[in-house]
Amino acid sequence: MPMNKQQQAPLFHISKRKALPWYQAWGIRGAAIILALVVCAVATTLMTGEDPIQVYITMFEGAFGTSRKIWILCQNIAILLCVSLAVTPAFKMRFWNLGAEGQVLAGGLATAACMILLGDSVPNWLLICIMIVASIAAGAIWGLIPAFFKAKWNTNETLFTLMMNYVATQLVAFFVIVWEVPKGAGKIGIINQSSEAGWLPVIGGQKYLLNILIVAALTIGMYVYLQYTKHGYEISVVGESERTARYVGIKVEKVILRTMLLSGAVCGIAGLLLVGGTDHTITTTIAGGRGFTAVMVAWLAKFNPIFMVLTTFLLSFLDRGASEISTIFGLNSSFGDILTGIILFFIIGSEFFISYKLHFRTSGKKEG
Amino acid sequence: MFSFLVTFIPRAVAQGIPLLFGATGETITEKSGNLNLGIPGIMYVGAICGVIGSFLYEQSLPAPEAINGFLAVVIPMLACLLGSLLMGLLYCFLTVSLRANQNVTGLAMTTFGVGFGNFFGGSLIKLTGSEVPSIALSATSSFFSRSLPFADSLGWFGQVFLSYGFLAYLAIIIALAASYFLKHTRTGLHLRAVGENPATADAAGINISRYKYAATCVGSMIAGLGGLYYVMDYASGVWSNNAFGDRGWLAIALVIFTVWRPNVGILSSILFGGLYILYLYIPSGTDLSIKELYKMLPYLVTILVLIMVSLRKKREDQPPAHLGLAYFREER
Repeated sequence: MPMNKQQQAPLFHISKRKALPWYQAWGIRGAAIILALVVCAVATTLMTGEDPIQVYITMFEGAFGTSRKIWILCQNIAILLCVSLAVTPAFKMRFWNLGAEGQVLAGGLATAACMILLGDSVPNWLLICIMIVASIAAGAIWGLIPAFFKAKWNTNETLFTLMMNYVATQLVAFFVIVWEVPKGAGKIGIINQSSEAGWLPVIGGQKYLLNILIVAALTIGMYVYLQYTKHGYEISVVGESERTARYVGIKVEKVILRTMLLSGAVCGIAGLLLVGGTDHTITTTIAGGRGFTAVMVAWLAKFNPIFMVLTTFLLSFLDRGASEISTIFGLNSSFGDILTGIILFFIIGSEFFISYKLHFRTSGKKEG
Repeated sequence: MFSFLVTFIPRAVAQGIPLLFGATGETITEKSGNLNLGIPGIMYVGAICGVIGSFLYEQSLPAPEAINGFLAVVIPMLACLLGSLLMGLLYCFLTVSLRANQNVTGLAMTTFGVGFGNFFGGSLIKLTGSEVPSIALSATSSFFSRSLPFADSLGWFGQVFLSYGFLAYLAIIIALAASYFLKHTRTGLHLRAVGENPATADAAGINISRYKYAATCVGSMIAGLGGLYYVMDYASGVWSNNAFGDRGWLAIALVIFTVWRPNVGILSSILFGGLYILYLYIPSGTDLSIKELYKMLPYLVTILVLIMVSLRKKREDQPPAHLGLAYFREER
């Protein structure tokens, strides 16, 4: 057979890396973020004609400009971190819980129900205890339903949890109208404004401090749970390989149910903090898309609660900065979403360079 | 009752067509093993690209009467297809070439796409200097929604079957074509193999990356047309931010409801469209709260289908076995 062409090695081939030392991995991610910021600057100048440096300065001011803004940033970080902590155990188990939005709403709805229905008849400290129990239970149940079907019949959890979000939204919409104040307004308004029944206590005069403290405690708790307990170990094994888990004797169904109970419960706490602690009302949009952002926060942090503080900070900073940009420059507030998207794409793409290595064809080498 | 149906069905169809576009596109994508959760974003991008194309065309006209019907349709369509194609390529590059996690990539794309659509929608509103928060492109959109000329004279038959713009019929044709392609052609068989078991398909010599890229890009373009239909036909060329709402997620739900069969999607999308607006027609008097519960119907129905499909475990009804998983040859 005539050999017309020299058999050439492909231009590059890919191989999987062994684990990188952590500083190299974070170096790659840092480079990705910087590259993303450069692209964002170019995009900003192209689309809006503003000087990108000025835009970035405004972003910083939006996040850190005044002490009030810093508190708002911390509050946003706290709530987003809470939801991200909630989805982490589920995702570590490769249970794609996209239903955090609905679980937060369920917890918030339970909290609001307690505040509205029991606000006048029960002493405040008891009311708050009932609220805590109710919101955790509501969130947990909302998370348990898809988990049950997944454990028993392997029903697709990504889509089930997604749909549960919308069911929860409509339930909230229903109750908003049932409890609306004043009648016909279509919204509930501030609950128990005069009596402040069920309002979570304000510590040290700072409205958001309680939320921040609770979430800080949750972060440490979740880290310890995932890293150092038997449950956390079981979660990792099920996530790595379900078959191995069964072989070792771990009851996968129990792990799925237990983990989603936890996931929903923490979402319920987020709902409690939002309704009882900050907003003192309930609307269908009170979760604010955090259920989806939390997925990205948790994934970016490689499901490590400590790193999650950083990724939550990054995303909240982008969000606050973007809303500042839109006010100052008269840009559409959706510009922040575009920037967030670009940065996320770069970070997602950079994971490739961390997990895989490119080998280029070296010229002049011939097989012997 | 009959006259209710005659008015209700066309409205249900109008709601269902964007869902049909989205579901057909996503079905083709999912058959290749890519779970593209960025479809809501892609539909926004397709819609806004169509709007931008239409807007630029209208601005370039020397006089409003000089509008060329053919160009008024083709330019927005090409813009829409181009935008959706770019989004599809981005998704493929990240998930197929860079082997990123598909769920995260899809959610990032939805965030980006919705932001992109709302941002340019808002900017165009500012550029035209209009006081209302929406742009109206009535000239070009009238070409989209123009139905067959004799439809009006055929009474109820015309109203139910013939009174839609050409994109609606295109959606049905595309769904039928997709269904035929998947079930009766060799390329469709290869595509299904890629989604079910890429390792085996790879061993048989099928180029996995090429099929995934092609399926996802074609799927994105089809889904983008759904956004275009919504803005140009249903909304009569009026873009207002977030008007499209959560229909993208409903399209993803429709994929499961139709058990990954685009031809089932034709009637199912009308059903979903009908469920989506059913709450407007329920005679519940002044009790607005019950209507909120009715809005849950499409999602509850989808959950039921999800459960039933997993209970019966019929092989033909299962999602593609490798849906959502990246393929890396060395790990085979």
